[in-house]
Amino acid sequence: MDLDRPARHHLAQLNVARLREPLDSALLVGFVALLGPVNALADRSPGFVWRLQTDDGDATSIRPFDDEHMIVNLSVWSSRESLWDFVYRSGHLEVMQRRREWFHRLAEPWTVLWWVAAGGVPSLDEARQRLALLRRLGPTPAAFTFRQPFPAPDGEGALRDRPLRARARS
Amino acid sequence: MDHLDARIAELAVLHEPVRRALYLYVARQPHEVSRGEAADAVGVQRKLAAFHLDKLAEDGLLEVSYRRLGGRTGPGAGRPAKLYRRSSRQYELSLPPRAYELAAELLAAVVEEGGDERTLREQARRAGEGLARGRGGGAARPGEDPLGPVAALLAEQGFEPYREGGELRLRNCPFHSLARHYPVLVCGMNRALAGGVLAGLGAAGLAARLDPRGDDCCVVIAASKTNED
Repeated sequence: MDLDRPARHHLAQLNVARLREPLDSALLVGFVALLGPVNALADRSPGFVWRLQTDDGDATSIRPFDDEHMIVNLSVWSSRESLWDFVYRSGHLEVMQRRREWFHRLAEPWTVLWWVAAGGVPSLDEARQRLALLRRLGPTPAAFTFRQPFPAPDGEGALRDRPLRARARS
Repeated sequence: MDHLDARIAELAVLHEPVRRALYLYVARQPHEVSRGEAADAVGVQRKLAAFHLDKLAEDGLLEVSYRRLGGRTGPGAGRPAKLYRRSSRQYELSLPPRAYELAAELLAAVVEEGGDERTLREQARRAGEGLARGRGGGAARPGEDPLGPVAALLAEQGFEPYREGGELRLRNCPFHSLARHYPVLVCGMNRALAGGVLAGLGAAGLAARLDPRGDDCCVVIAASKTNED
């Protein structure tokens, strides 16, 4: 594999969350205060490519589902590793520890990963479809998770980005 | 590192091939084994078998009992035979150090309680307090290095602590592969465990926070910024 060639695929992610109370409630004050810093952290994280946002600078005013309490994050990264490092190996981990304060537990999968062409930006519609696919079929090359990842369509991300389980064994 | 040393030494007694063969034979039998039976099974002389079997018993890998074979009793029944069986003691050696049994205990307790992540953190904190109390010693005395007792305890548990800029970082995660699959759950559990250790030691001025870096464990211990833990 030619490592000098620029990546032909990037990794897109969608995660959804169900607010316990409206964003302007007292309960959500802590979360709202963290939006700016955490988004800024994402923006400067290695491998960050793009995230969905309105003029407010985040995606919390967007309601892609028929549910006033359901908010989303949609972003694109250069690799699984770079997304993993942001989500779990940065200040974001601490925020994740607190999610139960602000969000309900969801019975169905609430986060999905998929490969997009480098330079492309996924639409919310496509993101919703990918989540639905994951929920219907479980992890597949078209919609997967960190725990059960798949390489990009042309095999990219297979060598550079081996599944976590395999790497731990080698 | 003393503890890792001891673990390796314990299992190194099995390196010698005859000794290992004898151990494996005894361990695999559902009954207690005499020297003669073991010697025949492995194909060595009785005296050599006895030497190795007794060494294994001395090192705690086998246990010994004495019984009169054949059911004879009373005077003239003969000397009881020395019999060997696998020791009930559990030996574990993982490199790098891993503590999945501890994780399993905590997670099982949560399931039994019908609880969730918060329950897990409570269980982990309690376990940390138990570790500290079990070890004894308490917090550092005035004038002593406050991180000393914590570092010593965490070293014993396999975290491989090291100091950096007045803080204690941990090179190794004893729940590594579990954390890779369930990072939020396991890192939270780990931080609660560390918090429990600090509480159990009475280390009032220290706190555990999450601060992942490189391949290190994500927990960092440092002077707490507020008066609360």
